[in-house]
Amino acid sequence: MKKSPLYLSILSVFLIAAPFILTARYTQHVLIVVLLYVALGSAWNILGGFAGQLSLGHAAFFGIGAYTAAIIASKTAFSPWWALIAGPAAVLPVALLVGWICFRLRGPYFTLATIAVGEVVRLIALNWTTLTGGAVGVVIRPSLLSGTSKLPYYYVVLVIAVVTVTLCHLMSRRKLGYYLMAIREDEETAESIGIDTTSYKLRALALSAALTAMAGAFYANYFLFVDTTTVLPLALSVEIVLIAIIGGLGTVAGPVLGAVLLKLSSEIFRNEFAQANLLIYGALLVLVILFMPDGLMGGFRRLFGVGARKSQRVSA
Amino acid sequence: MSLLEVRDLTKRFGGLVAVDSLSFSVVAGETVSIIGPNGAGKTTVFNLITGFQRATSGEIVFDGMNLVGSRPHKIALAGVGRTFQVVKPLRGLSVFDNILVGAFARTGDREEARRIAEDVIEFTELARLRDALADGLPIGTRKRLELARSLATGPKLILLDEVMSGLNPTESREAIELIKRLRDERGISAVAGVEHVMQVVMSISDRVIVLNHGRKIAEGTPEEVTADREVISAYLGE
Ligand SMILES: Nc1ncnc2c1ncn2[C@@H]1O[C@H](COP(=O)(O)OP(=O)(O)OP(=O)(O)O)[C@@H](O)[C@H]1O
Ligand SMILES: [Mg+2]
Repeated sequence: MKKSPLYLSILSVFLIAAPFILTARYTQHVLIVVLLYVALGSAWNILGGFAGQLSLGHAAFFGIGAYTAAIIASKTAFSPWWALIAGPAAVLPVALLVGWICFRLRGPYFTLATIAVGEVVRLIALNWTTLTGGAVGVVIRPSLLSGTSKLPYYYVVLVIAVVTVTLCHLMSRRKLGYYLMAIREDEETAESIGIDTTSYKLRALALSAALTAMAGAFYANYFLFVDTTTVLPLALSVEIVLIAIIGGLGTVAGPVLGAVLLKLSSEIFRNEFAQANLLIYGALLVLVILFMPDGLMGGFRRLFGVGARKSQRVSA
Repeated sequence: MSLLEVRDLTKRFGGLVAVDSLSFSVVAGETVSIIGPNGAGKTTVFNLITGFQRATSGEIVFDGMNLVGSRPHKIALAGVGRTFQVVKPLRGLSVFDNILVGAFARTGDREEARRIAEDVIEFTELARLRDALADGLPIGTRKRLELARSLATGPKLILLDEVMSGLNPTESREAIELIKRLRDERGISAVAGVEHVMQVVMSISDRVIVLNHGRKIAEGTPEEVTADREVISAYLGE
């Protein structure tokens, strides 16, 4: 690893100290939600931004992670926190099945298939009443961590977000990241230089789904209630995609910026989780598409030259 | 011993026979041209060899391995590189990154891949454009990048589909030079598909194969082929 830049050190110190500076419970809650969405946007970005496979079904992976926690809490003697591991494990076979079905399709057809998958998972959860509580949902009894303080939750979600973003960063500079970008740019070209496109798309999906499920498991432990309208709606899938698009597809920092901007603005307008104000999101999306077609990251690069890719266009 | 052995290769598209019991071979270190007028079947031959299309019948043996039925990436990893007639750059990536992606076929190590890419970018004389996005490059440079990306994977044989089309005289000269150096400096075999009878291309070819309506109508040295009556009539029209 090369020298880590100064701003990263400052950011680390800030993130660790934040709950001691921002002591209001509501502010801490907002930080937790923002970090949760940082993880969600970044995890989605592996498949959607790097590999170019625009999934609109990620709520399914989130929901499976959340329901894993709920089921552990309601059916076993174990702590629902185990879902941070069990959720990703449970989502893997589902993700592979989804990939096996959806990767036969390209472009918009792939996206439509992922919407269908999301809906199928939602309907299964709604109807498998013995396991999921159906429309009633599952209330999770408070566990050891769930005292009055928000601090433990903050640090857990911070670790999840940091792990997710770090994985994206490491990936973006290695063979896996380059292979996913090649697949995004042109699958035939990718095959012609020895890339097993099916296998690499499945790897991207598996990693993306597992990290999304981990975030879902955290959600359940934090909010202590899970039902299909909170953890499996299409609106959640859309929200995750918007975060990555507004922030900047296929960049490591993009979904981080996107999550901060979107979740802060939606908290300012006092929206509930999963009932995001799609109007505000829509307006932001239009603004970004009009003025920053490469997302916030692209816009920042052009305005300030920060982290500028050395690439420039050369005209014929 | 031949590096590539094609036997009785046939490809039908419905009623159309695009490639008709074609047999030929390429010896290691040899540069071969496949020439033939529009629709002769050159691209189809390349697609069959590289696994992008599946042969109706026939055999393709490369380096002792039967290629029929293998997926394209397997064939690429076996050592068959290719370029596309309609160039397919990784648009959003820089020239260097396009080549780097190719280099990862040989190694998972980033530094090692970078070294390979550096070597290839020098060899193909693209170094001054290393940070340019592949998207906006002029056609001559795009074709060169197409070759560089494939070269980075470490092929034993490269199939070049329409090396000359769309190039101006300077770019053509540079392309010819590069193909020559591929063989002379790197010992890599090349099969170049060319639409027209081009003296320049034939001049660097050890052998020329002429296709018409999917069938081989002549094969030989450039001199033999240009003197062939059937070849002349194929190009002038019966
Ligand atoms: N996918 C396909 N489906 C149906 N017919 C095809 C297909 N691909 C090629 N053909 C036909 O097969 C024949 C050979 O085409 P091919 O592209 O291989 O020729 P070519 O020698 O490369 O010609 P060009 O100079 O145009 O590149 C043509 O008649 C073409 O129309
Ligand atoms: Mg062709």
